[in-house]
Amino acid sequence: MIQHLASWPILLPMLAGIILLLPPCGKSIPIRRVASVVMALLNTFVSALLLWQVFQSGIIVYAIGGWQAPFGIVLVADLVSVLLVLLTSFLGLAVTVYSCMGDDEKGGFFHPLVHFLVLGVNGAFLTGDLFNLFVFFEVLLIASYSLLMHDGDKHKTRSAIQYVSLNLIGSSVFLIALGILYGVLGTLNIADMAQKVSQLQGDDVYLAKIGGLLLLVVFALKGALLPLHLWLPNTYASAMPVVAALFAIMTKVGVYAMLRVYTVIFGDEAGQLAHMAQPWLWGLAVATIIVGSIGVVAAQDLRKLTANLVIVSVGTLVALVALQNINATAALLYYLVHSTLVCAALFLVADLIAHQRGKVADRFAPGRGVAQPYLLGTCFIIAALAVVGMPPLSGFVGKIWILKTTLDSEKALLFWPVYLLASFALLVALSRAGTTLFWERKHQDSEPTEGVKAHPLQVTAIIALLVCSPLLVIFGGAVSEYMIAAATQLHDITGGINTVLGGGL
Amino acid sequence: MELLYASCVGVLVTCGVYLILRARTFPVVLGLTMLSYAVNLFLFSAGRLTINKAVVLGTGTDYADPLPQALVLTAIVIGFAMTAFVVILAIRGRADLGNDHVDGHLGKIEHKEHK
Repeated sequence: MIQHLASWPILLPMLAGIILLLPPCGKSIPIRRVASVVMALLNTFVSALLLWQVFQSGIIVYAIGGWQAPFGIVLVADLVSVLLVLLTSFLGLAVTVYSCMGDDEKGGFFHPLVHFLVLGVNGAFLTGDLFNLFVFFEVLLIASYSLLMHDGDKHKTRSAIQYVSLNLIGSSVFLIALGILYGVLGTLNIADMAQKVSQLQGDDVYLAKIGGLLLLVVFALKGALLPLHLWLPNTYASAMPVVAALFAIMTKVGVYAMLRVYTVIFGDEAGQLAHMAQPWLWGLAVATIIVGSIGVVAAQDLRKLTANLVIVSVGTLVALVALQNINATAALLYYLVHSTLVCAALFLVADLIAHQRGKVADRFAPGRGVAQPYLLGTCFIIAALAVVGMPPLSGFVGKIWILKTTLDSEKALLFWPVYLLASFALLVALSRAGTTLFWERKHQDSEPTEGVKAHPLQVTAIIALLVCSPLLVIFGGAVSEYMIAAATQLHDITGGINTVLGGGL
Repeated sequence: MELLYASCVGVLVTCGVYLILRARTFPVVLGLTMLSYAVNLFLFSAGRLTINKAVVLGTGTDYADPLPQALVLTAIVIGFAMTAFVVILAIRGRADLGNDHVDGHLGKIEHKEHK
């Protein structure tokens, strides 16, 4: 069984989705919830096991059906992908646990859809083939369409129509890009493409460049990079917070795909096409940070604010992708883990706050106080401090690392002021948000209502997400060593090619 | 043949893009369908346009590239599912929003209030 370990993070969620649709789970709500949580736990465990295995014995290349690369599709479990798989599985677990307190029964098939989404995201992280990446993108997208419509109302329908149309256009562009790249390179295996792209001659170079930049359009759409970010705030703010928390990983799939394609295929060793997307990535990333932080300041409720925080984090990550060196990639991985967990937690906190404040919900307006001010206040301030990047939490370490990496490059002159000003804007916006949400009352007598307290399981899910932030600092040495090892492995292009094409199981 | 093929793809893409830019859901759905047809044709041509070649390896010295056909098949299946979804979504949007605009004029709908 152990030699098939790399395929488990994909197979388990698929199995979970199917089991949850079958009669015993389909009929009884408690059984469904227990089965879903157990499967999510199992998946997290298997992902952690895979991470340990890869950490111990190096890259695992799993040839699906025994067809060797580059002719068959391979799953490549290296340090980068298994880290993100573990992150996804853990986030899936937290969301599943949180949803068990009623959110899952507001519409049909919540639990199976969550598992199918995790399947798509895990697959996208693990695959070593660009067309397979497209397929997993579609798997995660169709699950996300349905999850977005969960507990549907008019706002959700409206944003779903826009989200679905945009992503269908994105899929078409993705296929066109793949067609061009296949026509030129004759392969879609990432390692094989990396090998062949440097040997291109004449007009083929320009065709490959067109294909590669069309891929950038697709990944920018998925990752919500300026100017293709406009769908994100509405979609994330209108989705149920628990769904939005899970969506926090979806933009990261776009970032990961950029990292893979522009570091491995069009990276250092791509001959004439080396670093071809770099100027685009850099400019767009900086613009994304600026627009995202303006959005954060302008947001009128906590969910929209968090959605804009996601945009800021995407901008930061893509700026690090553009730097294309080992240190930047290591910082990127650290920041990616941190920002995904914290943004997800912030969405869940916003949900609890909205429930307890009655009519004003999570809008920044004076209103009734929350029933559990200490608990929610603490959760909020931890999340806010982490996201702004104040010491002593993981945001601070991530930020220092990012600033240190950019210092070496000549781009610091632009990046430092933009990034620091954006952090300041975040600080102002989140302070204002916290003050209004927790302290401002319309009348002195508008006391919080009793009996809308958060369920312990919901609190557990939030704490599980939030506690990762201090843990990332406490175990900072080991974590950063892991990130540097992962980044070194990703940047070792020749080694990666040899491992993947040298034969799997 | 190349000219005919390329023009077909080009015309389909043009029509698709024009329809996608319309403001109502039905033309947008049609546009998405056309675009996906164009994409399927385009993917097919990635294996080069040739005639009179065997599809299976080993039956002759010349054979057609089988991979784009597999890719197109996958793309058709996925595109079909997505089209079905977007059609249902458009109908739901028509029912929920009271109109078929992609922007979905919400009219006089208050913000959703949590109880």
